[in-house]
Parts: sequence; C-alpha cells; structure tokens
Amino acid sequence: MIKYIIRRLLSAIPVLAGVLLVTFALARMIPGDPCTAMLGEKATPDICARFNREKGLDQPIPVQFGIYALDVLRGDLGESIRFRRPIMQILVERLPVTIELGLTALAIATLIGVPAGLLAAIRRNSAVDVGTMVGANIGVSMPVFWLGLMLAYVFALLLRDTPFALPPSGRLPAGMDATPFFEVYNWNIEPKTRLYRLLEFFANLYIFNAIITFNWELLGATIKHLILPAVALATIPMAIIARMTRSSMLEVLGRDYVRTARAKGLSDHVVILSHAFRNALLPVVTIVGLQLGTVFGGAVLTETIFNLAGVGRILFEAITARDYPIIQGVTLAVAFTYVMVNLLVDLSYALLDPRIRLN
Amino acid sequence: MAVDVETVAISLPRRTAASPWRQALRRFSRQRSAIAGLLIIGTMILVAIFAPLIAPYDPEQVLLGIEDVGKRAPPCVHLLGCDEMQSQHIMGVDGNFRDQFSRVVYGTRVSLFIGFITVAVAMLAGVLLGAVAGYLGGWVEDVIMRILDVQLAFPFLLLAIAIVSVLGPGLMNAMLGIAIVTIPQYARVIRAGILATKEEEYAAAARAIGSSHPRILFRHILPNAISPLIVQGTLGIGIAILDVAALSFLGLGAQPPTPEWGSMLSSERNQVFSAPHLVFFPGMAIMLAVLGFNLLGDGLRDALDPRLKQ
Repeated sequence: MIKYIIRRLLSAIPVLAGVLLVTFALARMIPGDPCTAMLGEKATPDICARFNREKGLDQPIPVQFGIYALDVLRGDLGESIRFRRPIMQILVERLPVTIELGLTALAIATLIGVPAGLLAAIRRNSAVDVGTMVGANIGVSMPVFWLGLMLAYVFALLLRDTPFALPPSGRLPAGMDATPFFEVYNWNIEPKTRLYRLLEFFANLYIFNAIITFNWELLGATIKHLILPAVALATIPMAIIARMTRSSMLEVLGRDYVRTARAKGLSDHVVILSHAFRNALLPVVTIVGLQLGTVFGGAVLTETIFNLAGVGRILFEAITARDYPIIQGVTLAVAFTYVMVNLLVDLSYALLDPRIRLN
Repeated sequence: MAVDVETVAISLPRRTAASPWRQALRRFSRQRSAIAGLLIIGTMILVAIFAPLIAPYDPEQVLLGIEDVGKRAPPCVHLLGCDEMQSQHIMGVDGNFRDQFSRVVYGTRVSLFIGFITVAVAMLAGVLLGAVAGYLGGWVEDVIMRILDVQLAFPFLLLAIAIVSVLGPGLMNAMLGIAIVTIPQYARVIRAGILATKEEEYAAAARAIGSSHPRILFRHILPNAISPLIVQGTLGIGIAILDVAALSFLGLGAQPPTPEWGSMLSSERNQVFSAPHLVFFPGMAIMLAVLGFNLLGDGLRDALDPRLKQ
C-alpha cells in the first residue's frame, strides 16, 4: 500500500509542473507586452524597462519560467492590477466562501444522487428508475446560470410571503454580522499576523464559525442563504452521480457472487448494501472527485448570480476588468486543488479496495 | 455460369444476419429516449433552416417607434386572451424593444452552428493527436498523452475562461476555447480504439502487403474505432452549446446584438424579478438543445456499442 501511495504521489509531480507551464504560457500569450497590460497608461519606455528588470522579464523564457515556478512555490502568485494587493491574500480571503458553497453543493449532490441511483438500480425499469433517469438527463442538460436565476425568481419573489421564501443574494441578511469565533471567545490575537489570517480564514467559513460559537441564529441564516446557490450548483453533479451509481450498481448486481449471496438466503438488505454497494462504490467515488471540477467552474456562474464574494465572483470581476494576474492566479490555484483532491480520491481507493491495498 | 456465381455472391449476405448498421438502427429505434432526442434535434434543425419563415420579426430589429410596444413587455398571445389590438409577441419584448420569440428562433441557428463547428474543430485535432499517439506509440505517445493529462488537470470551464480571456472575448474565441479544452476527450476515445484494433490480423495483413502507415491508419484502423467517436461527438455538441452559452453569459462569448441564448440571458439577468420571461425562454431553449443531444448521444451509444449497454 505504501508503494501505491508513493507511486501515485510521484505521478502527480509532472502534472503539477505541466499545470505551472500552462498558466505561465497563458500569461505570456496576453496580447501586448506584460508591462503595458500591468501598468496601463503609466507605461512609458523608461518605466517599462525598470519594470521588466524587476520582474525578470528581460531574461530568457526558461529563466522566466524558473522565476515564476519559484515564486509560486513560495506562495507568491503576483499582484492584482486592480486592487494592488498580493493575489494570495485575496484568495485566502475569498476562498472560504467558495469552499463553503462548493462543499455544500457536493454534499447535496452526493446525498441525493447516490441513494437515487441506488434505488433506480434496485428497482430497475420501475417508475422510480424511469423518473430518476429522466430527471438525471434533464439535470445534466441544465444551464447552471439559468437554473440559479429561476430559483431566485421562484423562491425570493413568487414564494416571498410563504415559509418557503429564500434570500436570492449575499451570505447573511442585512444588519447581521458573523462575529469571528476568536473575538467571541476574546482571544487576544494581533491583527495582520499569520495566525490572525489563518483564524480569519476559518471564521469566514460561516457554518463552522456558527457551530463552534453555538450561534444557531447565524447558522440558520447562513444555511438559508446557501440553499439556492448550492442547489443550482449541485444539479449537474447530482445527475452525473445518480447515473454513475445506477450503472455501477447494475453491473455489480449482475455478478456471480451477488447471485451466490442471494442463493445463500441472505436478505435483500444485506446483499445490496454489504455485497453489492461496497463494490459499486469505487467508480462513484471517482466521479464525485471529478465533479469538483464542475463545481469550481459552476461556482463562477453561481457566485456571480447570487452575489457571493467568493473566488468565482472575483474571477468574473477580473474578466470584466482585464485583471490578468488574478485570472492566472485563480486558474493555477484551482487546478492545484483539483489535482490534489483527485490524488486524495485515488489514495482513498486503497482504503476502499483491498486489492489495491494488498498489492 | 458466370451469371450464377455473381447471383450467389450477391444474395449470400442477404440470407445471413442483418448488417451491423441495420442492427444498430433497430436497437436505436427501440429506445424511446433516443427517439425523443432525435425529435428534439430534428425540430431544432428545421427551425434553424426555416428561421426567416417562422420568426415574425427580424431578430435585431428595434420595434420602438414602429409598433406600440412596451420595454420588456410580457408575452402577448392572442389565443390566450391577449388583447387583439396589441401586436402579438408570444415570448414578450426584450430590453431593446426586440421581439424575443424571433431572437430565440434565430438563436437556434447560432447555437447549432456553435455546437457543430466547435465539435468539428475539437474532433479533428483530437483524432489527429489520438491517432498519431495510438498508432506510433513510443515517446510520441508519451508526450501527447502527458500534455492531454495536464489539460485534464484543469476544470473544464475554468481553463476555457482563462484561454478566452487571453484571446479576447467574442463568439469565435469562445468556440475555440471550448474546442481546445475538449480535445483530450476525442483523443482518448480514438487512441483507445486504435490500441484495441492495432494488433488485429487485418491490420497486420495490411502491413504485410506493404501498405503505407497513413493508409493502414485511415483505411483499416480508424473506421473500426469510429463508433465511440460518433457517440462522443454527439454528446460533445450538447456540451459545447452549454459551455459556450456559459461563456457568453460571463461576457466572453457572443456579443450583442447577436441572438445567442447565453448572451440574451446575460443581458437581462438583472431584470429576472421584473421580466422573468426574458430569462426563462432563452434558458429553456439551451436546456432543450442540450437535452436533445444528450438523449441522442446516449441512444447512439446503446445502439452502436451493445457492449456498453447495461
């Protein structure tokens, strides 16, 4: 198993290097020279010469790539043109919103998609099966941005005076603040230090913050604001997960050992859950990991629609403002996370599948 | 005598089982969802061809001053009791006083164009790369497959966004962006097909009689790897329509006044509470088109490749 883990870890290195190369190349493909793109109208030849020297842009391309790679390894993703602030800082501030939204969406997708697919496979060709598959087909065809807007219209306008009303934008109602847990408990932390930023990061995960401060009102409000964007974001992954669970389950249910288990007289319950489902789980776990990509892409659309100040929203604003360093930084950060999560998924195989563990 | 031999030669295959294509057709027509997909796509193609006959107005014509229309007026259908005195706009009027229905109808042209061209470009590049990788093997294969692996490390839409923001916004660049990020899918499909058929006896036979590499590849190997490609391509058209619409929604794709569904939706998204019809109809059109290609693709997979059928 150790060998498997090491081999898998090593295989991620060339991919990560490739990812770096792509984001580096993207920055070099921007029309016009980087100096004009960064400094805009202030870019006189004199200033540009100094700028190029400072950023190493007068060096040969391979050296430039080396500088870029070292910067990234040190956690320096460059500076935003619009905010004049390090991109890493902006990411750390905005990431909690996207993480909270993405994980909620993925949880909804898995918690509904897996049982739906399971049920469809067990009751194959029944009304449940047909309904699930029709729903899944419509689900994968759904434009996330449209669904988000329609959900907002229905739940924030049509149902506004009913108990089902849900807010269409922001993270909290006006006038409500999420006091960070370290302030609630009166920890004396020097602002602007690393520790402070780290704690701030966790405090910005409102659900987490609300739970550890026992602030149920805050928790309720956070969840209420999360439901619409998370459901919109969850639709496509949910449909894909349901389809995958169903087909993986059907395949396993047709195997000999499942028939043997039934022949032994085991109850349906035991056969399905402990014999079939466990073996059908592997492709499902893979697909859940891959859905993270869909969720990241969809977050750009959902955060824009629901006015959530996350990484997706900042990317959208950067596109409009032509803030290239942010686009580059966000792309790199997300690709890194994506590779890492799929690495974890692969490693989790070892836990799920003894054949991999023992080999 | 010669005539007899010929008759036998021709009539023999007829007595054996139906041809694989006919079997596939039979399998296809047995699936209700595949037929539904075919109907949706067929209707859309007809709508696209006859758009000028179906659409009551020019999609870019501003009706202010020509007719008595309200800005973002809700749908008015005479059959459903809308005042006969008012001009009929069955999907309402948009923020620029244009007939929404005509724009949705013409949007079919734009979206089908987007779907087919994007997939054609991605497929061409993917097939070339995948075929070269699978056929030649060795370091060429390693290099190509590693590059494609790196591409798959990026979430799909995000890489497209990055590429298009570098190339500059516009419909063609958006299509190119989506084409680039979908290349690996086609390359992988074709490479898998080639790896499976490369060692078959007919390929070896072709090599033995001295056929050239391109000839072996294009005449003997590729045709046997084509059905997964057809399936992937059909599903890919739906994906291309959906993602180019998403790019347009973000302002990176089609620019106004092009009647593209994603950009129509984008320009009215802040009015969703006051004029939901301007968001609802273009979105429905996107969903229907994507659904159609998805159903058709799934149906084709089951029909062309029975091994994959559950």
